[in-house]
Amino acid sequence: MTAIHPSDLANGVKREALIRPTKSFYQRNDTLIIGIISVVVVLIVWEIAWLAGRIDPLFFSGPSAIIERLWSGLITRGDMIPHIIFSAQNFAAGFSLAAIIAIPLGIALGWYRMPRMILDPFITSLYSTPRIVFVPLFVMWFGLGFASKMVIVFMSAFFPILLNVMAGVRTTDDQLLGAARSFCATQGDLFRTIVLPSTVPFIIVGLRQGVAHGLIGVVVGEFFAGSKGVGYLVGEAGTTFKTDLLFACVIVIATAGLTMAAILKKVEDHFQSWRPPQN
Amino acid sequence: MLQVNPNATRLTARNVSKLFWVEGETDPTIALHDVSLDIKDGEFVCIVGPSGCGKTTFLNLVAGLLPYDGGEIGISGNRVDGPGRDRAVVFQQSRLLPWRTTFDNVKYGMELHRRFAKSEIDDRAQHFIDMVGLRGFERRHPAQLSGGMQQRVNLARALATDPEILLMDEPFAALDAQTREFMQAELLRIWTEANKTVMFITHQIDEAVYLADRVFVFGTRPGRMRAEFDIPFERPRKLSLKRNPEFLALTDQIWTLIEEEASRAGLMQAANPAESR
Repeated sequence: MTAIHPSDLANGVKREALIRPTKSFYQRNDTLIIGIISVVVVLIVWEIAWLAGRIDPLFFSGPSAIIERLWSGLITRGDMIPHIIFSAQNFAAGFSLAAIIAIPLGIALGWYRMPRMILDPFITSLYSTPRIVFVPLFVMWFGLGFASKMVIVFMSAFFPILLNVMAGVRTTDDQLLGAARSFCATQGDLFRTIVLPSTVPFIIVGLRQGVAHGLIGVVVGEFFAGSKGVGYLVGEAGTTFKTDLLFACVIVIATAGLTMAAILKKVEDHFQSWRPPQN
Repeated sequence: MLQVNPNATRLTARNVSKLFWVEGETDPTIALHDVSLDIKDGEFVCIVGPSGCGKTTFLNLVAGLLPYDGGEIGISGNRVDGPGRDRAVVFQQSRLLPWRTTFDNVKYGMELHRRFAKSEIDDRAQHFIDMVGLRGFERRHPAQLSGGMQQRVNLARALATDPEILLMDEPFAALDAQTREFMQAELLRIWTEANKTVMFITHQIDEAVYLADRVFVFGTRPGRMRAEFDIPFERPRKLSLKRNPEFLALTDQIWTLIEEEASRAGLMQAANPAESR
């Protein structure tokens, strides 16, 4: 049998059907474009209200004022920079430590039953308690500076990572484990070739939640005690009615969160390239 | 490759029994009672039976994935005690690692066996990918393969480990009817080429009769050996054999036996209201 090329189908086939359907720029990026438009519209309405004097600068602020404050805080005066660096150090130290301990511990507790049974009551109760209540205790133990903030971030980020990784290990597909066992897999083989790869998405989810909780931790920790950091700046701006500075801090924190989420998304995509694309 | 010696016995099962404890019941359920059978070297044997007859349990016992509670199972004279490199299982669900490509999935069983050199693993993987007709699909992930292709990978993974016996657990049950027929014909071609002993579990009688040298029929409650049929049809067999009157007579004979078992076990009460009264 000879193969028929589509262009040989002279009769009854529409010309357009032979042209590969293309997606327009909009069709390929619709989520992004609509998102940007929606944000821009809100900003414009907000700015119009601000310029029209309908917003009391004592209680709220406007986009142009916030951007101005951000510009001076980061570039011309740079008065926000030392606070951002301090917060970034607190966060980086606490979050890295949480990830370094929680990922292997979560894997071990997911895999081995006995240590899980021993630690489960503590993990469950600590996870369900808002870790903020321990802030005064950490300040008592570790002082007003870097150490107490780091511990607060650690405590905030640790449990979301730990619980997600444990759940990931425990939901490993039994069918795959059975297949590997039938080929004489050792415990180490099961772990390396099945448990670890299938836990990667859960590790990413844990890290993402850890970032969110860790950011709360760093802001609350600095807000509560000390005289440095973005959290401190937020508290300071609030008590002195500097709403433009307060919103500038909000933007800094939000940008940090979004950036880390984007990095984690990249890491996830790298490990998930085998998954069929989903909408 | 193993040389086929038709007089040698590859698998021996003697009086094999298996019990299951069901939550809330005072006595254990007898999943298998006193099953004895032999499979000769190079033979293709099918086990059919109604659901609940313990045919998949029997395969799991032979595979060493479940311990048996009575009797003895031996592969080439060695007692089965857990999984072994002398057996390979082709599962009903393909159970491929979703993050590995076709090529790496076929290598997986050999990697776990740790008895092939690295270069040999690659060569063998390619050889069996070619054999199951997946050349050109080496770099695809399971999600990018059809159900039939996934089962080809599943089969290649098992064959590549060079087992003394291939244990197949309803491997085509999840495929659509046409794909299933083509896969049956493909399996016979591959079986001839690979020169392996096969124990094949199925609930489809025509599949069993088409594929096998011998068919064992299992009964239910308790799961046990009911009958053994020699399948006389010459090889190579074409799919058109399934419309041959002798073929139909044989499947009918087996079907009657299974129907008996099913109605005795109460699986057919809805279809036979007179019997339940």
